Order: sequence, then C-alpha cells, then structure tokens
Amino acid sequence: MEIVVQILFMLISALIIIAALMVVSVKNIIHAALWLFTSFFAVGALYLLLEAEFVAVIQVLVYVGAVSILVLFAIMLTRHVTGEGQNQLYSRWWLGLILALTLFGAIIVPTVFKQKWNIPAPTVVTEPQNAEPVVAGVADIGKAFMREYLLPFEVASLVLLVALIGAIVVVFEERTERRVILTLAESWALRQKESAKVDQ
Amino acid sequence: MIEAVPLEWILTVAAALFCIGLFGALSRRNAVGILMGIELMLNAINLNLVAFWRYLSPLSSTGPVFSLLIITIAAAEAAVGLAMVIAVYRAWQTVNLDTVDALKG
Repeated sequence: MEIVVQILFMLISALIIIAALMVVSVKNIIHAALWLFTSFFAVGALYLLLEAEFVAVIQVLVYVGAVSILVLFAIMLTRHVTGEGQNQLYSRWWLGLILALTLFGAIIVPTVFKQKWNIPAPTVVTEPQNAEPVVAGVADIGKAFMREYLLPFEVASLVLLVALIGAIVVVFEERTERRVILTLAESWALRQKESAKVDQ
Repeated sequence: MIEAVPLEWILTVAAALFCIGLFGALSRRNAVGILMGIELMLNAINLNLVAFWRYLSPLSSTGPVFSLLIITIAAAEAAVGLAMVIAVYRAWQTVNLDTVDALKG
C-alpha cells in the first residue's frame, strides 16, 4: 500500500515539475498557458493525496476554471505580439536562473532536511465504528470560516470586489471619456427630440 | 499518505515549484509569462501550507482556511494583473516589459 502511494506521489510531483519547467521555457506563450493548467491540475491531485478535498476542488474551480480562462483571454487579446519568432527571455536570464538555483539548492533544501519537524504520532484507530476523525473536513472548514475566521472571510470578499472594480476601471480607462451613460429619462428626452426632428 | 511520504519530499517539490516560478517571473519578457510565474509561486506556497497542516496539525482547520484565502487573493491578483497587461498593450502596442520603460530615470 505504501509503495503505491509513493509511486503516485512521484508521478504527480514529476508532472508538476515538468509542467512548471515547460511553462517557463517554451517559446509559444499559448503552450506555456496550457502547461500551466497541467501544473495546476497536478497540484490539485497532490491536494487530494494530502486529504485536503475541499482545497483540491477549489483549486480546480478557481485555477483551472477561472484563472486559466483569464490567462488565455489576455494572451488572445495581445496575440500578434506573443508569437514564437522573438526571444521570450531577457538577455540576462541566467541571473534569474542563478538566483532560483541558489535559493533552491543552497537555502531551501538544506533547511528543509536539517529541520527537525515534530510530527505528532498518527492516531491509532482502535474502534472503527465510532472513531474520531483524524483530519479536519469540509464541515470544519465551513465552521472555521463562519466563526474564528469570519473577519478574514469578509475582507477577502471585499478584496474580490475591489479587484473586480479595479480591473474594469483599468481596462476601460480610455473609453470612459467617450462613452456617456444616459439615465432612462435622458434617453427618453433624446428620443423625443429625435422624433421631433424627424417630424419636421 | 503520512506514513508513506515524508514531509520533506513534499516540501522539496514545493520548493522546486517555487524556484521555477521565481525563474519564470524574473526572466520572462512577456508580461503574461511573468504573471504565470507568480501563479506558480503562489501554488507552491499553497502546497506548503496544506502539507504543514496535514502533517503537523491535521485536526485544526487553519491550513485549508489559509490556503483558500491565498487562492482568493491569487484570483484577484490575476484579474487585476491581466487587466493591467491589456491596458499596457493598448498604450504601448506590446506586452514585452523591457520595452515598457516610461518610469526609467
């Protein structure tokens, strides 16, 4: 059983890493976006393996469903400058490579493996009929959002509203001068004026 | 899962994902590519949070709550960032960020 889980973990991690590498290295930006969705999906699978079902579902809904569509829209609206012909990396891309490799090899991995994690001993289930749940489930997350994390929850909704308005304002910035939104009474008056003009 | 895979493996995968995303965010010319790198980094952080929750305190719901909030913020960030990409494209006819240098001294 353990070896199955290990093989599954290896496969999913390999998919995550390969897809992420393709995201940063392929020339065609549309292909990069498709590899990005593959990576998101694989991370969702890893969440399932970690028994975080709700986070996995939200990952698929938000990342694979919404963010990916946004990214594809942005690529297609800026299409003819994102072709394969030109260099996709800065001329000094190796600086970024050195920084990322140093961060990975010299800082994060030694820290992770040197640190002594005090993992609590796994709870032994003695009576399967009325055993306590080992992992917090969806109901616990819902209760947490409605009780001790109510304020962050509301603030997150406010952030979403601000992002919505901000995105619309940023994109429609140059059109707001030209477009005049009429109230019902104004448009009715305008129509009256036009019909009077037609009558003359 | 806990017995089969040690925590360090998951943290290593998340670290690799973070560093790949960092490389992408630092060295891509295309603004959409930079945003993709940032999304990869946010995914790595979420993976870390969920792994810590599962291994260190599985009975509290803090880990999923935190990662859900991060997913929310990531979605908002993607929306605003891509809107800015489109605004930059309208003004400059390009999305390569090394040509957009109006603030350069």
